Amino acid sequence: MKFHWEHIVGLLGLAVLVYGQYFGLFVVPPDSHMGDVARILFVHVPAAWNAFFVLTIGGVFALLYLLTGAKRFDHLLEGCLEVGTLLTFMLILQGSIFAKPTWGVWWTWDPRLVSSAVMLAIYVGVLVLRRTLNTDPTVRATLTSVAAVLASVTLPVNYFSVQIWRSMHQIQTAPTDIDSPLKMAWRINAIAFLLIAFWLVARRSRIAKARFEAMEAPPLPPAPTVEAS
Amino acid sequence: MSSFLRQIFAIALKDIRIELRSPIRLFGVFFFALGLVFMVAFAAGSTIRVLQQIAGGTLWLGILLTSSRALDQSFSIELDEGALEELVLWPVEPAAIFYGKAIANTMMLSIVAATLTPLVIAIFDAPALGSIAELAGFMLLGCAALAAPGTLLAALTSKAKGSSVLLPLLFFPLVVPALMAAARGTTVILEGDPMGQLNGWLAVLVAFNAIHWSVSGLLFRYVVEEL
Repeated sequence: MKFHWEHIVGLLGLAVLVYGQYFGLFVVPPDSHMGDVARILFVHVPAAWNAFFVLTIGGVFALLYLLTGAKRFDHLLEGCLEVGTLLTFMLILQGSIFAKPTWGVWWTWDPRLVSSAVMLAIYVGVLVLRRTLNTDPTVRATLTSVAAVLASVTLPVNYFSVQIWRSMHQIQTAPTDIDSPLKMAWRINAIAFLLIAFWLVARRSRIAKARFEAMEAPPLPPAPTVEAS
Repeated sequence: MSSFLRQIFAIALKDIRIELRSPIRLFGVFFFALGLVFMVAFAAGSTIRVLQQIAGGTLWLGILLTSSRALDQSFSIELDEGALEELVLWPVEPAAIFYGKAIANTMMLSIVAATLTPLVIAIFDAPALGSIAELAGFMLLGCAALAAPGTLLAALTSKAKGSSVLLPLLFFPLVVPALMAAARGTTVILEGDPMGQLNGWLAVLVAFNAIHWSVSGLLFRYVVEEL
């Protein structure tokens, strides 16, 4: 079996994640207001940061595919769409678990929650579109890229929703707002999530490339040569 | 008038003429929306205050579901017998095709909205305290907000298997901000605006239109090349 370099990044990411979780669960003291419940933030916040990051990068790849037509951007886009959607699902699930003990409900119609759910629904739609386009792979790549660029419009709406509307969800946290151990746990876990996301995007891109090549029409046979009589 | 604007005008006129020549499609989507309004009224019960509160939302839900049907049809008629291919072969800008079709779709949705609104006000006993000009402006902006991304997505999904299912899957979540702004704004116009909320919802609707009319216009040429 061929060894691919991204496995090193993945293994590094898993190691950092184990340390980050140990640090968050056992080294960081309980939150002064929320106690141990707040420790879910060591996976919720890194998932949110990386979901935005991966989907934004996916939007850039989609735009680059439309502008250049280079196939590698389509393969990378597929990886980013899948991993970004998974991270968005994770952040909503973790947020919901965190909301129950802190807000008293699993779900509320808060602008940040609604815009996150909308973001998930849009990206699921883009993935479904990609799967149902069983045509020429270049057509599929173009149409997926257009849908991904259009979906990217929702990212700033979601990111700034806590500032635009009056929201129960807190606004973006600045590094000066939190204590050092907490800040360190967030950063370690965010780096771990980033490395794992990178690994998964690279793996899914390789699969997308293989699928693209399998879907491409085989080359035409060579023209028959006419022998002079 | 520049060549680009003439192209947009010609394509919009063509689409409106097609719709008016076979009004059964327009009637079909209108009665679909009216049926939905009645179903919501039946389901919500006969408490007048509840009906008044949900009038704006129900109106826009009807227009949204109508738009999904109407937009799907606007591209299926183009794909029949290769009409779109012939249209693209003419010396016409792809962006002009998009803006022409989006304007025609806005007009069609506005006709449905203009007919449905007085019926919803009557059925839901909405107080209608705001001005007709404000209501008409909100209706037009809301219909335009649905038409721009909807036209692009209708073209995008026309090649996919089960496009009639796929279009709502992509379209509904994408237009949630516009739907919320249009529904809340309409409710505020109907029920009165003592807290001065209307300008906020108007700003959301204007921003949504500005973003989607420009982005969709730029992206359409990539879609039309692949159809």
